[in-house]
Amino acid sequence: MARIDLVDLAHAYGGNDAPAESFALKPVTMTWRQGGAYALLGPSGCGKTTLLNLISGIVTPSRGKILFDGVDITPLSTRKRNIAQVFQFPVIYDTMTVGENLAFPLENRGVPKADVEARVREIADLLDLTPWLGRKATRLTADAKQKISLGRGLVRSDVAAVLFDEPLTVIDPELKWQLRSKLKALHRELDLTMIYVTHDQTEALTFADTVVVMHDGRVVQSGTPAELFDKPAHTFVGYFIGSPGMNIVPAAVSGREARIDGHVIGLHRNYGVLPAGANIEIGVRPEFVTVAAPAPGLLSATIERIDDLGRVRFARVRVGEAKFAARVPSGFSVAGNSVGLVFDPARVHVYADSRLVEGVA
Amino acid sequence: MDKTVNQRAWFLVLPVFLVVAFSAILPLMTVVNYSMQDTFGNNQFFWNGVGWFKELLDPSTDLGGRFLASLGRNLLFSAIILAIEVPLGIVVALSMPRQGWTVAACLVILALPLLIPWNVVGTIWQIFGRPDIGLLGYTLNGLGMDYNYVSNEFDAWATVVVMDVWHWTSLVALLCYAGLKSIPDAYYQAAQIDGASRWAVFKAIQLPKMNRVLLIAVLLRFMDSFMIYTEPFVVTGGGPGNSTTFVSIELVKIALGQFDLGKAAALSLVYNLIILIVCWIFYTVMTNAGAERPVKQGAA
Repeated sequence: MARIDLVDLAHAYGGNDAPAESFALKPVTMTWRQGGAYALLGPSGCGKTTLLNLISGIVTPSRGKILFDGVDITPLSTRKRNIAQVFQFPVIYDTMTVGENLAFPLENRGVPKADVEARVREIADLLDLTPWLGRKATRLTADAKQKISLGRGLVRSDVAAVLFDEPLTVIDPELKWQLRSKLKALHRELDLTMIYVTHDQTEALTFADTVVVMHDGRVVQSGTPAELFDKPAHTFVGYFIGSPGMNIVPAAVSGREARIDGHVIGLHRNYGVLPAGANIEIGVRPEFVTVAAPAPGLLSATIERIDDLGRVRFARVRVGEAKFAARVPSGFSVAGNSVGLVFDPARVHVYADSRLVEGVA
Repeated sequence: MDKTVNQRAWFLVLPVFLVVAFSAILPLMTVVNYSMQDTFGNNQFFWNGVGWFKELLDPSTDLGGRFLASLGRNLLFSAIILAIEVPLGIVVALSMPRQGWTVAACLVILALPLLIPWNVVGTIWQIFGRPDIGLLGYTLNGLGMDYNYVSNEFDAWATVVVMDVWHWTSLVALLCYAGLKSIPDAYYQAAQIDGASRWAVFKAIQLPKMNRVLLIAVLLRFMDSFMIYTEPFVVTGGGPGNSTTFVSIELVKIALGQFDLGKAAALSLVYNLIILIVCWIFYTVMTNAGAERPVKQGAA
């Protein structure tokens, strides 16, 4: 149990002299609270597994330091770091029973027999593995094996953090839900710091109190699911989180006005004069743009198709070159191809070179 | 609808049938025929029924005594070389590099002994061990050891065993290396996380994952050592006395030395049978080891 600080941590598989752009993880400084449930979210190849492996010591960083409770553990080997990690594919010790598998991390650290047994029984109980404790671990299904891997990650009560590297990849969708809520419950029960790597936003948003979004080796935003949804700090967060993702459209912004295609949209904040030469875009979630009958004063758009997601319908529309997704209010029936778009000014954000610009209220 | 009957398709099997008949079935049947008869040369044969087989299994007769003694020596030899080559092969495989140009270098060096023909291996060691001109024999004697594989039984055995270890440990090592390479990195990482010692990693991950290649290695090495002929024959000729006369050497002595075709045929049939049984046991063990089906975790 510890607070984990990353200080200017960076890694390049090509070594420290590699060009800055080739770093798998670009310099990052951040703090992970003791007892927090974190998710590292990002597409494949964004550096999230690298970051995880740096914390567990499987990979040694090219630069920077990792502190556990203020103590620099960067030079320590994985074995000496007090960390647990669960991998994408189940790792099972073939010759051992389920119980022996769970006991393995404790026995290697010389925990007294009685304590080992008590802890193994507790964890097996939490994961519904009790009836299988005496069985050989090889002859089980992939999900049962992954549960054992999870159990081995959770069995040590004194770890600084438990790291999960996309642990539910091999699990059937229905079981995924169960296991994810189980992990969430275990987090509450065991008071462990958990860091969960995934590329699935649902998984990240349901598991974590804090979601850290990574893109191209950088941490682009870290915040609660609500923060990520309401105020994406980077256009990438905007369209990676949410389904469909945020509408990001080039626009000219000055003061309290944004212009798309010559049409003026009112903004909630004053943006003054934005830096010249920057690529200015506005971002608004589809949930906060609604289609309405065409009317003067509304941005007019052409409907391309309508996606019916069951409880809500989204229209895919086009304004000049720009494409939008916009909510279709229930009861609104689309007549013809032409509609007007109604924006919620409070929800329209301005981005300069992909980064959020804070306006003045 | 009537199918067209066309038996001419049988002709397609004919080439294979002929090859198998002339290469396996006819020679084997000739041996079975010989094993039931006695001959004094001159192409004259006398019916002997199962007489040779009875003698073969009775240690009090000359034939039985020689067969069982050589069989015992052969099993001892196989046991010794397995006990050395398997652990040694594992150690070599474990200490081999995992990546870089050294991998290729190691593989080539390991493969070298395997590429040398049996009788050349025998000749190498025959000369290598000679006390007068051989590097090994001369050095050992120079160090004050009375080493002479021609006159001393223990020296003869030691030479034959060391030669086999030199020739074949590479095979075990290469098989084990292949087994080790197939272990995903995640296993080693998980073991690191779980705080496993080097020995625990070997016991919990590497050995179980090498299980199947080790079985193959043991099978191959057992069969080869059980049928060994050329190398010890070239080095010791089965001596001193009969001390390194293994079953195959005994068989050749009876068949070609004494021209006792009946006895030799009976011996070779029993020899063949032993090998078949051992093969079958290994095959059963290996298929059972691989036939583990996952058990569905029920609605527990």
